[in-house]
Amino acid sequence: MSASTAAAARYEPVIGLEVHVELGTRTKMFCGCPTVFGAEPNTQVCPVCLGLPGSLPVANKAAIEATIRIGLALNCQIASWCRFARKNYFYPDMPKNFQISQYDEPLCTDGWLDIDVDGEVVRVGIERVHLEEDTGKTLHVGGATGRIHGATESLVDYNRAGIPLVEIVTKPVPGTGALAPVVARAYVAQLRELVRSLGVSDVRMEQGSMRCDVNTSLHRPDEPWGTRTETKNVNSLRSVERAVRAEMARQARVLAAGGTVTQETRHFHEDTGDTTSGRSKETATDYRYFPEPDLVPLAPDPQWVQTLRAGLPEPPRTRHRQLQVHWGLSDLDMQAIVNAGAVELIEATVAAGATPDAARKWWLQELSRQANEAGVELTALEVSPVSVAELQRLVDDGKLTDKLARTVLAGVVAGEGTPVEVMAARGLEVVSDEAALGAAVDAAIAANPEVAQRIRDGKVAAAGVLVGAVLRSTGGQADAKAVRELVLARLC
Amino acid sequence: MTEQGNRAAGPDADLTRWSAAELGRAIGAGEVSAEEVTRAHLDRIAAVEARVHASLHVDGEGALAAARSVDSRRAAGQAVGPLGGVPVAVKDVLVTRGIPTTCGSRILENWLPPYDATVVERLRDAGLVMLGKTNMDEFAMGSSTEYSAFGPSYNPWDLSRIPGGSGGGSAAAVAGCEAPLAIGTDTGGSIRQPGAVTGTVGAKPTYGGTSRYGLIAFSSSLDTPGPVARTVEDAALLHAVIGGPDPRDSTSIPAPVPDVVAAARQGASGDLTGVRLGLVKEFAGEGAEPGVSAAVRDAIEALTKLGAEVVEVSCPHFRYALPAYYLIAPSECSSNLARFDGVRYGLRVGDDGTRSLEEVMSLTRDRGFGPEVKRRIMLGTYALSAGYYDAYYGQAQKVRTLISRDFAAAFAAADVLVAPTTPFVAFPFGARTSDPYQMYLADLYTIPSNLYGGPAISVPCGLSEGLPVGLQVMAPTMADDRMYRVAAALESTVGLFTPPEL
Repeated sequence: MSASTAAAARYEPVIGLEVHVELGTRTKMFCGCPTVFGAEPNTQVCPVCLGLPGSLPVANKAAIEATIRIGLALNCQIASWCRFARKNYFYPDMPKNFQISQYDEPLCTDGWLDIDVDGEVVRVGIERVHLEEDTGKTLHVGGATGRIHGATESLVDYNRAGIPLVEIVTKPVPGTGALAPVVARAYVAQLRELVRSLGVSDVRMEQGSMRCDVNTSLHRPDEPWGTRTETKNVNSLRSVERAVRAEMARQARVLAAGGTVTQETRHFHEDTGDTTSGRSKETATDYRYFPEPDLVPLAPDPQWVQTLRAGLPEPPRTRHRQLQVHWGLSDLDMQAIVNAGAVELIEATVAAGATPDAARKWWLQELSRQANEAGVELTALEVSPVSVAELQRLVDDGKLTDKLARTVLAGVVAGEGTPVEVMAARGLEVVSDEAALGAAVDAAIAANPEVAQRIRDGKVAAAGVLVGAVLRSTGGQADAKAVRELVLARLC
Repeated sequence: MTEQGNRAAGPDADLTRWSAAELGRAIGAGEVSAEEVTRAHLDRIAAVEARVHASLHVDGEGALAAARSVDSRRAAGQAVGPLGGVPVAVKDVLVTRGIPTTCGSRILENWLPPYDATVVERLRDAGLVMLGKTNMDEFAMGSSTEYSAFGPSYNPWDLSRIPGGSGGGSAAAVAGCEAPLAIGTDTGGSIRQPGAVTGTVGAKPTYGGTSRYGLIAFSSSLDTPGPVARTVEDAALLHAVIGGPDPRDSTSIPAPVPDVVAAARQGASGDLTGVRLGLVKEFAGEGAEPGVSAAVRDAIEALTKLGAEVVEVSCPHFRYALPAYYLIAPSECSSNLARFDGVRYGLRVGDDGTRSLEEVMSLTRDRGFGPEVKRRIMLGTYALSAGYYDAYYGQAQKVRTLISRDFAAAFAAADVLVAPTTPFVAFPFGARTSDPYQMYLADLYTIPSNLYGGPAISVPCGLSEGLPVGLQVMAPTMADDRMYRVAAALESTVGLFTPPEL
């Protein structure tokens, strides 16, 4: 039993998620600068996104439209009138030392998203969806940790400053028990599919275009909800699950020892899977929110909202169900694919010629295992759906056994080439030369006369010993089924 | 001690005495070159600036180059517009590409903006010749220029007295004939009060009628750029050049500026038949010096002789305008001025490798900001703090709504409201710096229009103790033309007010 499961046996968890999605608009939220990822630092900036004295923001209509569409897809109410607000705090990656965000008047409120977890539907309430501007990125140079402490220099890249950012905040999600970490992950995975289906963001967690903060609290059954912590820096699906697990386990330890959980921001560490304390809320900045006087209020025309609603694409859940039928997979298999964020990978693998089941098996078993070992997301592995389909074709053609295929796949992931190239380079092809195989079988029979006799006496099950011997002598490159047939043909 | 010169604007041997309209006409007709006009003003600046200190930066070469460009365009047969080749001074709160812009603060000393404010761009596009940047109270916070980090400007009427503020530099430059025109910005009276105390015309357009893009924000919901001139017509001409919608300012009004030039010319005919002047009951007896009250009374009487009627209106919430303003403006300023931290531009203090980022930011702001700016940042930070927001900022916004309703009711009975611009004439240096509230009172009559957003103009109406007094004419939002008509009518009957020779 994991520590989080043990925690759930004594305490009820309540989770909440704040997800930030960078919109894929062509220009920034409040100026005309481009938003291309990975450009040279400080090349996509202007007086407005640098917050130069005198500059003024002008809201990007495409970003407002995208936010409303997200809100509609999450079954939210769209405000008929709302305002931007300034969130004031000093930080060098924020050019104006305030962030234009929304406070008590968000664009979208009170919605929900139904997600599939372990064969059940969990309805996650959506508190709000609002629009804000992203900050720049600070790089601390010279320190051992990459954190500000100990750094000799800090460099700021303002290319990201002013990119439209949508914040999606759930209502508290109680009642998920030991499944809380899985529910958290499934929500983020399914939200990501939803946002992707709208075409408003590339939602790439590894590039930061989708980022996640996780709120967790524990309480004893029949007692009021406990104090929550907010865990930041949770930047992959895997981390979402691990962060909730880590916080549940940690808080349970604190509570079991008679302590109290402090309301605070905590930092998730990918490497250790632990959270550590950030700044305490008691000393946290008072953001001094007030309505942004440089922008006029937003009043989306109801007609426009109606048009946007009518133009929403089919929800991913519907599409997933169609795929599931088409692929002939069970509910659980399909949910596993969705929650692993692997729908697109499997679609592409099937399109490249693999059967749905084979594609599912490779991605969710062997490749998931390798991704876990490497501590990365599935999508971050250096393997393409085309390679996976090619690998499966080699197995189907009898050129690779399952075992050999796994070895080849490891080579592909390690960047050694396509499956065919890796197989050739490593000499991993199945030994199908009848003469060579026949000689190996004869040698095995000669070396194990007693076993051979037992088989001749009708104890066919003993053939396994001889098959094993042949596989060993061919370095595992023989097909066990073919060897067995040869053994039996010679002795029966 | 001082003398009054009632002199019509018009040709004179000294080009610096001409009105902008007359200069523009003469340049357009080829009677005088833009370069000659610019040289005359640069010479005047050289002669008097040491005593007036109206400017923080004079861009002689840039001005001459701009003037020559106007001359060559005209020579090539291109139209240069009514103010083509006319010099203008710009308050240092507006950013100018490649030309120092300090906002009167050490924290921006030596900063060179990479872009032009929309207002500056429009001046250039209309062929005006920018002479330089005028002095101001730091970040436009003050009523005397005594809070400029670079020393005050001096009132050409009496060099021992303040020229008003925050736009005292612009007003002093125009009153002292260093420029026929200047740009100011008005947040609580920073165009009108300097206008009143220097005998110049200063207009605050409707909020949103002139673009704030490139105006270094003090209080975003109040800041309004506007014209400073020696005649009402000149102010209207400049207003027409800088006004109008700007897609870079979301709060700019998407409608053209009313025809203020035509209104000024109409008013100059001296007929105000049927125009209803509203006298705000609550302003009567509220703090104005007797000489100011008398001059304003006489001016209103003069207007009635031109056919205007006087009606009394009640604006019961105007008494809360000053306190509401001193919550809203500092609140917005506390946020607007947060960006001055030494990280990206401007002054940086204490970055010697031993101090933390927070310490460097803190030292920079401590050394970079003057006392009035710090006072307002602290007031605003407090007013916006959790737990105080509703009682202060929230309440002030409600007052603002009530003041707007007062205006709406008043404008149902009157076409414009008239009042003193400021309660007192130019005061001696140091007279009001020890008690901030005494300084804040300078804006008692100007602040309501800022909170409401409507236009208001100060036009010279007489003298008190030999010093100029301004009459303020307030109009409904986007009815800027009305105030120009009334102001021009007054000017036509009381004449211009010229300071003694420096």
